[in-house]
Amino acid sequence: MVDFTRVWDVLVVGGGNAALCAAITARRLGASVLVAEHAPKAMRGGNSRHTRNLRALHPAPTKVLTESYLEEEYWDDLLRVTGGRTDEHLARTTIRASQHAPGFLEECGVVFQPSLSGTLSLSRTNAFFLGGGKALVNALYRTAEALGVEILYDTEVQHVAVEEGFATEAVLSWRGFPERIRFKTLVASSGGFQANREWLREYWGKAADNFQIRGTPYAQGRILKDLLAQGVQQVGDPTQFHAVANDARAPMEDGGLAMRLDCVPFSVVVNEEVDRFYDEGEDVWPKRYAIWGRLIAQQPNQRAFAITDSQALHDYLPSVFPPIYADSIGELAQKLGLDAAKLEAVVRDYNAAVRPGTFNGKGLDDCRTEGLHPPKSHWARRIEKPPFHAHPLRPGITFTFLGVKVNDRARVLMADGKPSANLFASGEIMAGNILGQGYLAGFGMAIGTVFGRLAGEEAARAARN
Amino acid sequence: MHAESATATEARRQMEICNACRYCEGYCAVFPAMTLRRDFSAGDLTHLANLCHSCKGCYHACQYAPPHAFGVNIPATFATLRAESYAEHAFPRALGRAFERNGTVVAGIAALALTLVLVLTIALQDPAVLWSPQRGVGAFFRVIPYWLMVGMATLTFGWAVLAIAVASWRYWKATAPAAKLTPRAVGKMASDVVTLRNLGGGGHGCNDVDDGFSQRRRWLHQAMAGGFLLCFAATTAGAFYHHFLGWKSPHAFLSLPVQLGTWGGVLLCIGTAGLLHVKAITDPAPVARRLLGGEVAMLSLLFLVSATGLLLLAARHTGAMGLLLAIHLGLVLAFFLVIPYSKMVHAPFRALALLRNAMETRR
Repeated sequence: MVDFTRVWDVLVVGGGNAALCAAITARRLGASVLVAEHAPKAMRGGNSRHTRNLRALHPAPTKVLTESYLEEEYWDDLLRVTGGRTDEHLARTTIRASQHAPGFLEECGVVFQPSLSGTLSLSRTNAFFLGGGKALVNALYRTAEALGVEILYDTEVQHVAVEEGFATEAVLSWRGFPERIRFKTLVASSGGFQANREWLREYWGKAADNFQIRGTPYAQGRILKDLLAQGVQQVGDPTQFHAVANDARAPMEDGGLAMRLDCVPFSVVVNEEVDRFYDEGEDVWPKRYAIWGRLIAQQPNQRAFAITDSQALHDYLPSVFPPIYADSIGELAQKLGLDAAKLEAVVRDYNAAVRPGTFNGKGLDDCRTEGLHPPKSHWARRIEKPPFHAHPLRPGITFTFLGVKVNDRARVLMADGKPSANLFASGEIMAGNILGQGYLAGFGMAIGTVFGRLAGEEAARAARN
Repeated sequence: MHAESATATEARRQMEICNACRYCEGYCAVFPAMTLRRDFSAGDLTHLANLCHSCKGCYHACQYAPPHAFGVNIPATFATLRAESYAEHAFPRALGRAFERNGTVVAGIAALALTLVLVLTIALQDPAVLWSPQRGVGAFFRVIPYWLMVGMATLTFGWAVLAIAVASWRYWKATAPAAKLTPRAVGKMASDVVTLRNLGGGGHGCNDVDDGFSQRRRWLHQAMAGGFLLCFAATTAGAFYHHFLGWKSPHAFLSLPVQLGTWGGVLLCIGTAGLLHVKAITDPAPVARRLLGGEVAMLSLLFLVSATGLLLLAARHTGAMGLLLAIHLGLVLAFFLVIPYSKMVHAPFRALALLRNAMETRR
């Protein structure tokens, strides 16, 4: 039973990778550390539970990373996906420190694996966790517990009292019981607000009801909102989120990675009104999957349908839910509840626009359409070999971009620009400082590990003084 | 063809989730073998289930494990499917039912065999041999007649070999009909069996007890298997001495049969006791509880066989020898009888699954 009367050196709010990196680091520096995780033990770890890898700088091959990946290339990659919506100093801090992130995690019992099939060919830039994010989370909790970090599950921190940049106490619900925790320093690692539908509705209206939350349902953004309301400086566009093309039949929350569909480049995609709305073959899928969530979110009723035929079935990873099959396009439309005549026309026009080419599912090929709007620039093959099949799509939200502003020591900045005396942040709650839009695979875990360690170190130091 | 079992349908549902996720590809041979397929026939599922070594790494790493609604629990589901495959391919088929309440069957046969040997000893010999010291050449056969000991062993063990061979053949036909054997595949299979690579969790061990990694089960299993082989070698050496060299038991402590049997017995005791301990303390969630009875009964039987063997060695010059010999041989008889209808079937089926996997993954 945890002593609620004592004053802890460090209270960590949240229980994902960033939270535990902070807790472990602070504890190793001698601080007394309490972790408050909203989820029950079986569902602990926030979105880290669903992750798979970490993007790490490395000047030479390592056990788990091939070739090299240097600061400038990493920075260029980030600059490209964010379109400049980043903070160069914080970004370069993260990139440089990411070199030591795999080693740190290995010391915490995390096991990495050499990359095999089914990944997006990331073995040069990204280190893969053996077994994925939940195995990483398990290892971090074991390490934290062995070091003497106290962990509270089913514990939601609901309010942090902040006076003139100084956090004084936390109000929480501990297994349904109201409690208060006093601390010297606090690390906020409680994620974004993507699972808070009410909040999403403020920007997206009723469309938000059709968004699938890919990850943890515990990312309610309660502490994020609470801190922003108490004079902490905001960063990131509150209306924006990272989203992918998910299977429309996925659970509305916590469906995880396996709900994503990779069939788009090998299909034509129409909305409910049976109109195509974007070039399905614009670029290789690893560079395009992250824009399709947003594209579908902008369609009527946030739905779309990827239509293809039996030729394509083996070009993409299998889906959890089987495709919807039919022997004709008209029958397929009927099964999907779409206008059959219109879908037949869309497929006919598309087939007529397909130019001859040599198909190559693994790279940019020369199979494209001509005179079609929007075009399909690659992997355009006639849809003509029954059975025809369809995958219904919905946007699956991964995380939101809104966050709290931090400096390069993970210290939270107040609206007047002054650093807080004892508030630190790591993980998705501050990732918007560095990743203002777009996404790089494994970068969230890099930010979480780097800033988790920084926050833990600074919090332990501040608690000592 | 008969209707597919509910377990097979459930295993297919879970494999289809796993095949879209693939986070576990580094743990063992099951997941790379899974990615070779998009559709899973009943034979494929039986093959994958028998390839699974129950290391439980995939369960503890699974984002879809219970209480997630998808409820993915590969170790428990595959263990159940494996047991169904033992029953389905049993020879004769009717005895496949022995797998339904296997703990009761193994324990019951052990009790019956023990009683039978004691009763036969009393009926055929002077009951006093059970508690009077017997010394010198032929001491054991004054308790249990030679013809009875060898006759029953040959009959029951011979039957076990035949039944296991037929079951294995049926299993192979059902899971790998078109497979072609190569020396490379046999070598790979042998190395996988000897090293138990698939209980290594990708190198650092498996989840024996909880989400922490260890090599404990791997070592314990190989202690048990090695002990088993040493005991088998001891019996063979004893038979060779008897028939070809004319050297009659009991043999000296430092003789080959006694040395092989002693160390084999010690290893068997350590392995079985250790595995029973792991079973008792392990996280029950990824375990198929319905199968625990049979597994515990088999481990216990093997432990008792080896423990009574060691006791017999220690007390063979005392008045306890007769009774201990009868008990030991009663338990050995029980073991021979249950071989084709118990957890022991996993040995040939697992080896065949590893063989098929080695043939599929030619690199």
